[in-house]
Amino acid sequence: MLLAVLRRAFDMVFVMFGISVIAFLIFFATPGSDPSARIAGRNATPEMLAQVRIAFGFDRPLYVQYGRLMQRLFIAQDLTSFVNRGQKVVPAVLQATPVTLCLVFGAAVIWLTAGISLGIVATVFRGTIIDKSLMLLALAGVSMPVFWVGSVMNLITQSRFHDTWLFSWVPGLGYTSFFESPSLWFKTLVIPWFTLSVLFIGLYARVLRASLSESYQEDYVRTARAKGLSESRIMVRHALRTSLITLLSMFGLDFGALVGGGAILTEVVFNLPGIGRLTYQALQNLDLPFIMATVMYSTFFVVLANALVDVAYAWLDPRVCDAR
Amino acid sequence: MSDNILEIRDLTVGFRTEQGPVEILKGVSFDVKAGEIVSVVGESGSGKSMTSLAVMRLITDPNAMISGTIRYKGRNLPGLSAREMRKLRGRQIAMIFQDPMTALTPVHTIGWQIAEQMRVHLGLGAKVARKRSVELLGKMGIPDPERAYDRYPHHLSGGMRQRAMIAMAISCDPAILIADEPTTALDVTVQAQILDLLQDLRREYGSSIILITHDMGVVSTIADRVLVMYSGRIIEHGAKSDLLDKPQHPYTLGLMRSIPPMTGERPRRLPSIPGSPPLPGKRPEGCSFRPRCEFSFSKCSAVPPLYRCNEQFAACFLAEHGSHQWQRNLAEERTAK
Repeated sequence: MLLAVLRRAFDMVFVMFGISVIAFLIFFATPGSDPSARIAGRNATPEMLAQVRIAFGFDRPLYVQYGRLMQRLFIAQDLTSFVNRGQKVVPAVLQATPVTLCLVFGAAVIWLTAGISLGIVATVFRGTIIDKSLMLLALAGVSMPVFWVGSVMNLITQSRFHDTWLFSWVPGLGYTSFFESPSLWFKTLVIPWFTLSVLFIGLYARVLRASLSESYQEDYVRTARAKGLSESRIMVRHALRTSLITLLSMFGLDFGALVGGGAILTEVVFNLPGIGRLTYQALQNLDLPFIMATVMYSTFFVVLANALVDVAYAWLDPRVCDAR
Repeated sequence: MSDNILEIRDLTVGFRTEQGPVEILKGVSFDVKAGEIVSVVGESGSGKSMTSLAVMRLITDPNAMISGTIRYKGRNLPGLSAREMRKLRGRQIAMIFQDPMTALTPVHTIGWQIAEQMRVHLGLGAKVARKRSVELLGKMGIPDPERAYDRYPHHLSGGMRQRAMIAMAISCDPAILIADEPTTALDVTVQAQILDLLQDLRREYGSSIILITHDMGVVSTIADRVLVMYSGRIIEHGAKSDLLDKPQHPYTLGLMRSIPPMTGERPRRLPSIPGSPPLPGKRPEGCSFRPRCEFSFSKCSAVPPLYRCNEQFAACFLAEHGSHQWQRNLAEERTAK
């Protein structure tokens, strides 16, 4: 057990190292991507450029630059922004993390509940009009881009119908901490939650429907019927229990990617100061320390989610447990 | 007639397809007496499994059309509500399937799956159900049943899994056990053990067993009565000894001939029945065995009824006036050996 954890930790460090090198090379070593030119500004004189180059250490060899960047990011944790001089990177990322976590966590609860329920209902009524219309609805959900859904939501709740009884409770865009005001926290997040989950509800409902109907073709479901079990028991204890394995691996990856900044569009549209928006702003200004930090952060969560999925897998599927 | 525990009359199963309705079973009728082992034999596609699924009402295809009566202790199964049927399944009529590799849910322990059935039907508590499951596993000859309870299906060999399946099937002491090719997926040595087990069950619990198989060896080992199916019909049935010694239908004769002889010279090639059984949609008019039958004659273009020869019944015009000459020849041949 301990060995497996250690191996996982080593894998994680290795993957993060690889990705950090690639990200570093993309922004620091690609021809024409001279960071000092960007920092010095548009009309910088050659003297200024040279000064910036020396001040930021761009005249040193690449591996030294990389080492200094990593040292300041992980060990000293005093890496500062290139754009807003003096703004420290690590506290900014740590500050943005809970916002993203709240957003993704709430959305995950919604999309798991709704996705699994829809998948089950569609399977129970498979072949009927209910099944077909639910699956069509799910397809529509998958097809709608999240930034568009978010904008439409904003248009409805913030502008067109904001003055009616229906949406007058919706606060303005932005984020309020849970500890500041739980009710306001909930109100600001509820619409982003739904917006973010639309895609995943559709996706999960369709995948579960497919996986469940596959299970229903299996011999063990016939055995369960021959045992005289009720349909609901067959569904929950036998078919769904087996299909959960598929769903779980999807969930782990999706959740990891979203926490790692994948909710960027939702965060930008709803002006939530999370990791996604931080990445977005860093990319707009090509603020390399911030880009580096958010890339590392997101890698960490994706790898972590993968590891957690593997652990949960062994728990859900006894066959995996022995394969180790 | 009162000792018949199961009476099937005119069971017909068809499926609506794009080419129109296709009948898989045509007018299948037979009885099962209490405590009897009835063996249903036939090639694949003859409708053996379909018969058992129809009895259990496990045909879930919405395009299936099922007619006929299936009386279990006087109650007509097709007429029961889904709820009543559910109470019967696993409790009164239990089933064992061919492939124990896929017939158990992979994510639950075998013990849990056995206990589940008893908890649902008998309302047992978790502890009692566990205790009884362990007992059953032990009775089925599974070593160290206490530990086996917590094993997952993939931990066990095919034979052990089939034993677990059987333990599950008999856990609620059913009156009828339907075994659909229970030994087909197993090694020969394990096959014999499972057959022994089934015989013990009959002795100990007095349950009737419907054994579906394509293996004449299995039939001759444990059956009391044999039904031979071909193309969705029962073409011959009778007591095992009669049927194996004096087959009345040429198809049964063909099946018998294809068993390797136990004594004497080993034939270089086993005789086989030429051709293959017709597909359900493409069965010929009249006797469906006609194209493959070496004895076919003009009468065979009509569907033969079941003729009675002593205690045996055969759907062949050759049997119209009692046993035919070739059957006597065969009997002589046997005694000569």
